[in-house]
Amino acid sequence: MIKRRSLLLRAMALGAATPLGGCDYEDPAHPDLADKFLHAMAAWNDRVQAALFDPHTLAPTFRPDQITNPPRFNAFYGIDQVPVVDETTYKLELGGQIQNKSSWSLQQLRALPQESQITRFVCVEGWRVIGQWSGVRLSDFLRRVGADTTCKYLSFKCADGYYSSIDMASALHPQTILALDFLGQPLTPPFGAPVRLRIPTKLGFKNPKSIMQLAVTNIYPGGYWEDQGYNWFSGS
Amino acid sequence: MSRRVIHPWPLRLTHWLNVIAMVVMIGSGWQIYNASPLFGFTFPTTITIGQWLGAAIAWHLAAMWLLVFNGLVYLIWGFASGHYKKLFPIRPREVWSDFTGALRLHLKHEKGVYNAVQKLLYVGVLLAGILAVLSGLSIWKPVQLWFLCDLFGGYFTARYVHFFAMMGICLFILVHLLLVALVPKVLPPMITGGRLP
Repeated sequence: MIKRRSLLLRAMALGAATPLGGCDYEDPAHPDLADKFLHAMAAWNDRVQAALFDPHTLAPTFRPDQITNPPRFNAFYGIDQVPVVDETTYKLELGGQIQNKSSWSLQQLRALPQESQITRFVCVEGWRVIGQWSGVRLSDFLRRVGADTTCKYLSFKCADGYYSSIDMASALHPQTILALDFLGQPLTPPFGAPVRLRIPTKLGFKNPKSIMQLAVTNIYPGGYWEDQGYNWFSGS
Repeated sequence: MSRRVIHPWPLRLTHWLNVIAMVVMIGSGWQIYNASPLFGFTFPTTITIGQWLGAAIAWHLAAMWLLVFNGLVYLIWGFASGHYKKLFPIRPREVWSDFTGALRLHLKHEKGVYNAVQKLLYVGVLLAGILAVLSGLSIWKPVQLWFLCDLFGGYFTARYVHFFAMMGICLFILVHLLLVALVPKVLPPMITGGRLP
């Protein structure tokens, strides 16, 4: 009976998964063996996701009564620390493999044809909200400024120090827009004023807010969360 | 000379690889759950894998390949070898008598033969595993695999399906380990293969 009880305890100990120490991307500058394994798998997952991405598959759209109200604020800082961009002097800077690098004022962006969508915003944490965004279709914009769409990456730099990047195929998806409005009103600072990326084929953190600079490049730009270990492609 | 084993080597190999995959998937899954809990509790980080969300996702999306490929090999082997014939038929009357017998510790153990409760548990955990993989895929790719996501009632509901599939698997593991602890002689054949009488 004693033997049986000790075996029982042993079985329960077996069942309790022991934490794997050090396997947690603690220090991106000094990856250990587990980190290297995870990086290799993440690179493989990026390739699989790029192959799985169908440029013609649209993200589901929703009815106006399904919109989450009030919207949910999320950033790597609190809502009281949101930077406010002066919209009258705002200029969207362009860089990298783009023919016409003149910067764009908000007025100029608003003069372009606008696209509207009611789509689902899925956070990497697991929650989701539904919202209505409208703005300039990114593929139209890239063609208008003469971007080299054979390049691999689009990078974004934001007013709050956030930065991110996406693959060109996802950038050219018809539902990927440079959003200017939320619920028919200009974006407010906590939700990305004056210009944010809205890309419903990717997770929330791939939708940078308050974009100050957009560049087209073949050099991997990384991102604020991506550099800490979040999967880069993060497609939906 | 033919040597008839209780557990053929493909079964043993996929079983132990599945142990690794399951431990990593469940441990990292608990940490991912903690980032946005579905219920009023979180899992203590001492028993999760990847101590923060980014690392947990990295582990989850790395181990999923082992889980799925190992699972596919197991399923193909199971159908091709006729292994699954041992799991059927499952008769409710036999399940009840074997269940009450097991509770009274009066269940005889026949090498290489599954009793009715075992059959039900094994079929149940296989279905839970398939449910976990499919609901997991629809959470990972709710746009590209929209048809799968729709099947589970959308992204929001798919998270609950994924959670309850995990719970089902955890419940199975608990019973499974308790039974091994009660009848420890069944453990060595899962490593060496054992020998049928």
